[in-house]
Amino acid sequence: MPGKLKVKIVAGRHLPVMDRASDLTDAFVEVKFGNTTFKTDVYLKSLNPQWNSEWFKFEVDDEDLQDEPLQITVLDHDTYSANDAIGKVYIDIDPLLYSEAATVISGWFPIYDTIHGIRGEINVIVKVDLFNDLNRFRQSSCGVKFFCTTSIPKCYRAVIIHGFVEELVVNEDPEYQWIDRIRTPRASNEARQRLISLMSGELQRKIGLKVLEMRGNAVVGYLQCFDLEGESGLVVRAIGTACTLDKLSSPAAFLPACNSPSKEMKEIPFNEDPNPNTHSSGPSTPLKNQTYSFSPSKSYSRQSSSSDTDLSLTPKTGMGSGSAGKEGGPFKALLRQQTQSALEQREFPFFTLTAFPPGFLVHVGGVVSARSVKLLDRIHNPDEPETRDAWWAEIRQEIKSHAKALGCHAVVGYSESTSICEEVCILSASGTAAVLNPRFLQDGTVEGCLEQRLEENLPVGCGFCHIPYDELNMPFPAHLTYCYNCRKQKVPDVLFTTIDLPTDAAVVGKGCLIQARLCRLKKKAQAEANATAISNLLPFMEYEVHTQLMNKLKLKGMNALFGLRIQITVGENMLMGLASATGVYLAALPTPGGIQIAGKTPNDGSYEQHISHMQKKINDTIAKNKELYEINPPEISEEVIGSPIPEPRQRSRLLRSQSESSDEVIELDLSHGKKDAFVLEIDDTDAMEDVHSLLTDVPPPSGFYSCNTEIMPGINNWTSEIQMFTSVRVIRLSSLNLTNQALNKNFNDLCENLLKSLYFKLRSMIPCCLCHVNFTVSLPEDELIQVTVTAVAITFDKNQALQTIKTHVEKSLQRASTDNEELLQFPLELCSDSLPPHPFPPAKEHLESASSNSGIPAAQRATSVDYSSFADRCSSWIELIKLKAQTIRRGSIKTTVTVEKASPVAEGNFRNRSAPPCANSTVGVVKMTPLSFIPGAKITKYLGIINMFFIRETTSLREEGGVSGFLHAFIAEVFAMVRAHVAALGGNAVVSYIMKQCVFMENPNKNQAQCLINVSGDAVVFVRESDLEVISTQQPTANCQPLCTGGEVTT
Amino acid sequence: MTNELDIFVGNTTLIDEDVYRLWLDGYSVSDAVARRVRSGILEQTGATAAVLQSDTMDHYRTFHMLERLLHAPPKLLHQLIFQIPPSRQALLIERYYAFDEAFVREVLGKKLSKGTKKDLDDISTKTGITLKSCRRQFDNFKRVFKVVEEMRGSLVDNIQQHFLLSDRLSRDYAAIVFFANNRFETGKKKLQYLSFGDFAFCAELMIQNWTLGAVGEAPTNPDSQVDDMDVDLDKEFLQDLKELKVLVADKDLLDLHKSLVCTALRGKLSVFSEMEANFKNLSRGLVNVAAKLIHNKDVRDLFVDLIEKFVEPCRSDHWPLNDVRLFLNQYSASVHSLDGFRHQTLWDRYMGTLRGCLLRLYHD
Repeated sequence: MPGKLKVKIVAGRHLPVMDRASDLTDAFVEVKFGNTTFKTDVYLKSLNPQWNSEWFKFEVDDEDLQDEPLQITVLDHDTYSANDAIGKVYIDIDPLLYSEAATVISGWFPIYDTIHGIRGEINVIVKVDLFNDLNRFRQSSCGVKFFCTTSIPKCYRAVIIHGFVEELVVNEDPEYQWIDRIRTPRASNEARQRLISLMSGELQRKIGLKVLEMRGNAVVGYLQCFDLEGESGLVVRAIGTACTLDKLSSPAAFLPACNSPSKEMKEIPFNEDPNPNTHSSGPSTPLKNQTYSFSPSKSYSRQSSSSDTDLSLTPKTGMGSGSAGKEGGPFKALLRQQTQSALEQREFPFFTLTAFPPGFLVHVGGVVSARSVKLLDRIHNPDEPETRDAWWAEIRQEIKSHAKALGCHAVVGYSESTSICEEVCILSASGTAAVLNPRFLQDGTVEGCLEQRLEENLPVGCGFCHIPYDELNMPFPAHLTYCYNCRKQKVPDVLFTTIDLPTDAAVVGKGCLIQARLCRLKKKAQAEANATAISNLLPFMEYEVHTQLMNKLKLKGMNALFGLRIQITVGENMLMGLASATGVYLAALPTPGGIQIAGKTPNDGSYEQHISHMQKKINDTIAKNKELYEINPPEISEEVIGSPIPEPRQRSRLLRSQSESSDEVIELDLSHGKKDAFVLEIDDTDAMEDVHSLLTDVPPPSGFYSCNTEIMPGINNWTSEIQMFTSVRVIRLSSLNLTNQALNKNFNDLCENLLKSLYFKLRSMIPCCLCHVNFTVSLPEDELIQVTVTAVAITFDKNQALQTIKTHVEKSLQRASTDNEELLQFPLELCSDSLPPHPFPPAKEHLESASSNSGIPAAQRATSVDYSSFADRCSSWIELIKLKAQTIRRGSIKTTVTVEKASPVAEGNFRNRSAPPCANSTVGVVKMTPLSFIPGAKITKYLGIINMFFIRETTSLREEGGVSGFLHAFIAEVFAMVRAHVAALGGNAVVSYIMKQCVFMENPNKNQAQCLINVSGDAVVFVRESDLEVISTQQPTANCQPLCTGGEVTT
Repeated sequence: MTNELDIFVGNTTLIDEDVYRLWLDGYSVSDAVARRVRSGILEQTGATAAVLQSDTMDHYRTFHMLERLLHAPPKLLHQLIFQIPPSRQALLIERYYAFDEAFVREVLGKKLSKGTKKDLDDISTKTGITLKSCRRQFDNFKRVFKVVEEMRGSLVDNIQQHFLLSDRLSRDYAAIVFFANNRFETGKKKLQYLSFGDFAFCAELMIQNWTLGAVGEAPTNPDSQVDDMDVDLDKEFLQDLKELKVLVADKDLLDLHKSLVCTALRGKLSVFSEMEANFKNLSRGLVNVAAKLIHNKDVRDLFVDLIEKFVEPCRSDHWPLNDVRLFLNQYSASVHSLDGFRHQTLWDRYMGTLRGCLLRLYHD
């Protein structure tokens, strides 16, 4: 009996009127945990009852503590008939189970009813007394911390990153049980909510056990998803990265680290050899593997690519056997072997992280993805989720083999998703193949000496771009050049990844959101025929999505994609593909060539003219984009770079698993000429459409930037105003003349219009950037397309941006002029002021061109480094003060008297609201953001994971304002409930917030609608930087941000 | 392609002040869109009409959801569903309870009943304010009235506490409630030249001096019959006002009063002779108004009487405002020198307020 849960029901407020006669309510509360239920007294005739109950005590196993939610039901007492339920509150008590998180949950919770929505609030206090349990064979995993954040949480440091953990549990969906025919919608919804809550608790506990087995103490990048498989059941699955984390004791501990970042940076481990081994029997292309498969419930199942062959394709020592290194070559080989062995112990060397401690990521190979189409069948035995497990294992195996083919031993930025329509399910997984530094993968005392030896030449800012695979035996044809940054290693011409831009990456200009959108009609079919049809369509979709991405990237004049997420959605009669990524110009990669249009019938004069007109338009767009995104890389003469690789064909880094071997060559060959340019052949109207659609994408209005990664490359002076939002749009397609083209246009317009609306709505925040823009597409019905967007708008200071860049250029130039002998070192030192490195000329002879580019007079260049950073700091402080003054003024003008008398409104917070009986239950403003940080603030504590699932249903759709009114209210309610839970934990923000599911179904004829929403995030406490005391005023904390991670590594 | 569903929900609720105004003014979504288009917003932002339509719909939906909370502003502060910065909350409330001068002039002093509500169409036609906006304003008046009607304590404070309005707006509402409760006639043609501000000014003076609350100390016994402190006129006071009649009924007293005033003002007024000629009439008018206030009907006609008995005669003789002020000051003060008159305090309570009101009402 290792735990005692204590609950006190304090009071209620704003309850609904349940007795029409008196316009009042006789409310009481049932508190349920597991199978035990307590009740409060009935508080007669009040809408604001004060129960002030005793402490209800539940004595429970910690296993139950992890699995079960605390269930609080508010009811209206009725002497003569059954008591009416007002609503419920589910409280996940998990955050109370580990030491560093919350110690008490206390506050006002919205009382939620699945039919009526929020109906008043209830004040509850929850505590847990845990007894130490020494039983080694326990089933619980209390104490393992969970984070949704896909990087090492801000106030921790990673001691070891163990690796991939996954689990799934299955059950019957209550909505599809026979009993559902006779129970009320409310009962059915509540059964579902409760079941999912229970299942996610169980899942988390099981994952925790795995983490303990690996000797970890935390899961980072925890992603839990629901598959509503309908008739065949309900699957809850989760993946994450097991880590051993150490809490940083105090902010002061790593502040000094910010001052001497060069020291940490030096530990970035090893250099790439200039000539990777030439004799390893590199991987033969895995593209040959037939990997599309669907496994109908019957035993007839075309297995997807046999994992055995995949693995054998890559010799285990393939990458480590090279020897041609310079200094440290042998050490490097040793390191590789260590890494290899460290990773080989793991079944899947996957990491759900998208941002890493400095030095962790050595090389990036490219995106690896795998999809498979499955037929769902009823889950007969919930205790044996083997089928689903096997499906995922298959996919993961494939991903692993693709990574090996790219010469990588690990996959980072890994994620999994599904799309279900009727009984067909597409399972998808994707990630970025990478080579990692073993230091973080196991206890890293051994290689300390190696690092010492290796630290001399560190390709900072470009190392991750260097190809990890063998250039003479490449998994696919690609165009390689020497790195434009260090000129020692080979880099590809474009790089696609699913991770965030590494903080030390050298980037030119700003980034932008790039989307590829695609629809494909499909015949309605049943079961196997349907699955086959989808399997056949998928390769073409992937191909086109990829082509679109490539074209758009070139059109933007950029050469790399980060945060790539390709979503394929299946519907009754169509497939939708939506790829989102953030395009950037990496200084290390070559300048992308333009796009050239070639016509098929060269003899027709007017046609030629048309073509040249198009060509001009495209060239203009590229030029305009380069200006817009400030892409002006230093010119580098070709002979310096030289391309020794005789293979001129351009290939992408996207390794596609599903292409059939037969059409592989034709299909993936995107290059039609030998030129550096990208050639589009216009041979039919389809291609024409494509070109047109390329040009229709409108850039965001001035003052706006957007990206789907955590931060926007090129912007680093965020101000503190943030606005997280969710926007949902559903369009109905006219069922007439549905062609692929019309469909594409509709879909494209839908997305573009949605973005335009967002820009318009948020115009008051200009200059601002939409970060972490996350589009989700679903096809709820035949002719309906639903797009859900969640993102955060963050304001930034334009003037300061300019200044920072200037400072940076000055600095780099100054550096370059003083010690251009040590070219390899100065980029490293540049990072000491923690600004993303600005492009700088990598060789002496180009200094002049660069300085003329930057347009800064020589005199100004001489400004001392210290001064400039000081000025930076000052300006940020002045800005802060200005901001403050403004808010104060605004407040006092508008509410002169209200301020003094009427309310606590003017206090800036809701702090004084209706002072509840218990002391610490004041509810303040709660920020929500999909990012892992809050600009202008420091996260001081992680309180635990928020993972909530809600169902809302209505039978009076019209009365609630139609579908829009219904969903608008519901999403607002979900936000409110998330905020309330965070506030009750003592937090003031949710970071890494994500709306994982928003399933909306309507039946306007019956005046009904239903919606399911699943959200998650990390509850945190943050402190405004302006509130931090003197220590931070001496050291501009704003500038510390990227380096804090650096500090964490060494402290 | 039609948008079946189109929503935007921010963690912090977005409030567009311009759209809020359009919504408050009772425009339909399409009218509001048309007006926004005319404002040139499309050119400024480069947005399309469809974007504007969607944005307007979103805001209207939000306002519609907020309206329920705005009916009881403290609820807006305590609710959890919409996270709105305090300054924005204050703005929402203040604007929601703001009213149009033209509208309030139509309704001021009328009973806030269903009957009046039925006349809103006419008012809407007459004033050019949309019916929807008229309804909101009327319902606001009625809601505030209902809440504070039976309450003890300062009317302004009560309104401020329950509706979180600014000081200015709370005072205006106090006037509206006071007028509605006492049913002062304000709609007569003679009174048309008066603004709401004029009436509100008078209401404030009357609340300060002529109501039960004006007597000063709060009732020590909460069960005493002394409630409705600020909303109702002090009945006892009205009763006592009959005593003032002696000022005009007693011929000696009247003459003495006149001579005192004339002596003091001789050479100081540009309209001295007119004043001298009219003194008895004016004095009779003012005292008779006081004496009649015991009847409800005469209370209602207070402003009509004041205009007829004092403002109009003075105006027809072209008294400058300053002369009116000098006269009223002297007229009130001289009573203190009348030995036979024993109701000095009563007189001051009456005349102090009336003087303020008359000066305010005396304009073109």
